[in-house]
Amino acid sequence: MTHAHHDHDHDHHHDHDHSELSPIELRVRALESILVEKGYVDPAAIDALVETYETKVGPRNGARVVAKAWADSDYRAWLLRDATAAIASLGFMGRQGEHMVAVENTPEEHNLVVCTLCSCYPWPVLGLPPVWYKSAPYRSRAVIDPRGVLAEFGVTLPATTRIRVWDSTAEMRYLVVPMRPEGTEGWSEEALADLVTRDSMIGTGLPLRPEQVVRS
Amino acid sequence: MSLPDGLRDAAASVAPIPRGEDGAPVFRAPWEAQAFAMTLALYERGLFTWPEWAAALAAEIKRAQAAGDPDDGSTYYLHWLSALERLAGEKGVASERELVERQAAWDRAARATPHGRPILLENDPEARR
Repeated sequence: MTHAHHDHDHDHHHDHDHSELSPIELRVRALESILVEKGYVDPAAIDALVETYETKVGPRNGARVVAKAWADSDYRAWLLRDATAAIASLGFMGRQGEHMVAVENTPEEHNLVVCTLCSCYPWPVLGLPPVWYKSAPYRSRAVIDPRGVLAEFGVTLPATTRIRVWDSTAEMRYLVVPMRPEGTEGWSEEALADLVTRDSMIGTGLPLRPEQVVRS
Repeated sequence: MSLPDGLRDAAASVAPIPRGEDGAPVFRAPWEAQAFAMTLALYERGLFTWPEWAAALAAEIKRAQAAGDPDDGSTYYLHWLSALERLAGEKGVASERELVERQAAWDRAARATPHGRPILLENDPEARR
């Protein structure tokens, strides 16, 4: 297994080294932590509710990025070379202007992104993060045994496919470009985007197959 | 996932919850989903009724409109959160002062947390044990 896991304890320090929460995030965290402390809500129940209702995973801008990369080889090359610019060209920006890196799945190599419970997750591009994604066990297990974690998500890869694990850093956020499903020749970018799930852009899932989508 | 009827009707009487074509709510940021989930959890706990919720939300929206809110839907969950905070205060669950102090604690905690690490309240350098 190739390892691209970065340690977050960088030996260089700069102004953006610490985390930051927006005023609205502070308000939500403040209220939730008080409610939890006083026993009015159970954090696990909140997580479960979020998971239940977050089926509309935000803007899903990343799905359009992936679909365009599948349909347009020039765009794909640009995305792999300079994802920040290629994604911005579609009008999608990160909250903090973070750098994005696109990593492409191939028959030889599968990419899996892990994160911590921080603000690294580029939700304007990927949509809302899955609740489990923030859990420490997922992260550490994904680093130690990515193939086993993928199997739990129902993703079984050929033994010959290498798995690379990527961890967000202060500087880098990752977008996985999954392999284009077979049987989608000639599809429009819009139709292709419907196949791109959030989990496929994290690497914990594969895109939908054509037969899994109801085409109108 | 469709919305609980009580919540849907309560919100619809004030301002309908933003939803996608399939009826599921659409959140534009993680915090919006958290504010939504907290409301459901507190309702299930019996802290307020849906008509009470509708009244609180209506009051916040009215207040915001008087203050020049764009009224284009982009601030929907901002009003939602304000309504939730106000209800929590009225029900004696969390006073405004508690909220403000806790927000400051989270802010200190975030600033004391290296990027890439989980932001935990314990990271607040002023946290008392």
